[in-house]
Amino acid sequence: MYKKELYGYLSSLVAYITIVIFLVVLGLFLWVFPDTSILEYGYAGLDSLFSTAPYLFMFLIPALTMRTLAEEKKEGTFEILATKPLTDGQIILGKYLSALTIVLFALLPTLVYYYSIYNLGVSKGNIDTGAVIGSYIGLFLLGGVFTAIGIFTSSVTKNQIIAFAIAVFLCFFAFSGFESASKILSLQKFDDVLLNIGINQHYQSISRGVLDTRDLVYFLSVIAVFLLLTKLILGGRKW
Amino acid sequence: MSITVINLSKNYGSQVAVNNISFTAQAGSVLGFLGPNGAGKSTTMRMLTGYLPQAGGKASVCGFDIETQSLEARKNMGYLPENNPLYPEMYVKEFLDFVANIHQIKNKKQRIDEVITLTGLQTEQHKKISQLSKGYKQRVGLAQAIIHNPAVLILDEPTSGLDPNQLIEIRSLIKELGKTKTVILSTHIMQEVEAICDRVIIINKGNIVADDLLVDLISKHGEKTLEPVFVKLTKAQNR
Repeated sequence: MYKKELYGYLSSLVAYITIVIFLVVLGLFLWVFPDTSILEYGYAGLDSLFSTAPYLFMFLIPALTMRTLAEEKKEGTFEILATKPLTDGQIILGKYLSALTIVLFALLPTLVYYYSIYNLGVSKGNIDTGAVIGSYIGLFLLGGVFTAIGIFTSSVTKNQIIAFAIAVFLCFFAFSGFESASKILSLQKFDDVLLNIGINQHYQSISRGVLDTRDLVYFLSVIAVFLLLTKLILGGRKW
Repeated sequence: MSITVINLSKNYGSQVAVNNISFTAQAGSVLGFLGPNGAGKSTTMRMLTGYLPQAGGKASVCGFDIETQSLEARKNMGYLPENNPLYPEMYVKEFLDFVANIHQIKNKKQRIDEVITLTGLQTEQHKKISQLSKGYKQRVGLAQAIIHNPAVLILDEPTSGLDPNQLIEIRSLIKELGKTKTVILSTHIMQEVEAICDRVIIINKGNIVADDLLVDLISKHGEKTLEPVFVKLTKAQNR
């Protein structure tokens, strides 16, 4: 299942275009646009990469995942899959892992940026490697959560565009919506809780280079919750 | 008995699609499943293949209960869904390879070549599924259903959209398969039933109105062909 899905991505243009857009936009933000450029910033750090990437993921990952289940349902091919000796869990996991692999492929080339900044530092190697590793782990986990959200929204509808729109909204809300909500005056009492539900809080915490098990558990459980919800929806077969 | 169905029923909301039907089928026969549109043929087949959960009753395939031993049951049957959904972007061989992997077939290459020959796909085997004509797509659908040499074959309108020559070829293939396997097929073409089926079940509005050997059913009603019998049985219920 995983293999078929991965080849499916690699033989269609969607994955390549998504990866290329991700890298181009990220490159522009990092080196060209003066507001966020590392060269203007004056410090040898990849901070702007890790603050820009989540917003790019927010749009690009739903674009990758929107067709996974919505298309199977619309074309009726889900009937082929569901009547093969495969459990729903295997089908979902296959799709999830293959999409996540594409996300990983998008992330890997950005290691070049790390290398260039490493060499560009006033004294060579003047960069907080620990924080960078942490940030990469955080970004990958964030990609994992967004992928799970994308697969989930793809399972609730037959329409890819709807799946995409809901996924973008959910990703955005999960990432920074809770944080913003915690600033609403009447919700001040719960601001700690709200902050902790949001992804950004945990993302920032991992980015500092401290891999706290609480953050790890948080990311993994959010992924699990969305994949289980997907399984629940597929099990109902009500479309 | 390779297929046993006891009091199987299914309803969509308040509408009863399949109403307490019971029948059995054994190896070495081709069972024709007939009925007007919306009689519940596809619904019954979908329940047997584990795609739709049943509302009540029991059914087993090769001794495996379709509800509690669903995976085992699915391993022992091949299914060609109505409208034959396929992945248009995959190559014929790639798709068969994918299905063979799911079934964990040994000597995969050899078996794929075998089913390609059986279904007459030799000239089209290197094409993409989207490039095939409807008749050849139907053959791909049939090839994926028989690739793991299942004891039970469930075919939902296997000959729709075929030209007369293809019809004859596919029918003789189904008849050949029926010598060793249990084949259930649904169709609207009475001549087809007369050509390949040994036994007939006629279903109308979710109820079985006839379940008999083809020759017996025709002679009982004092007719020469199946068509007037079918009309008589399904019209009588409508009044």
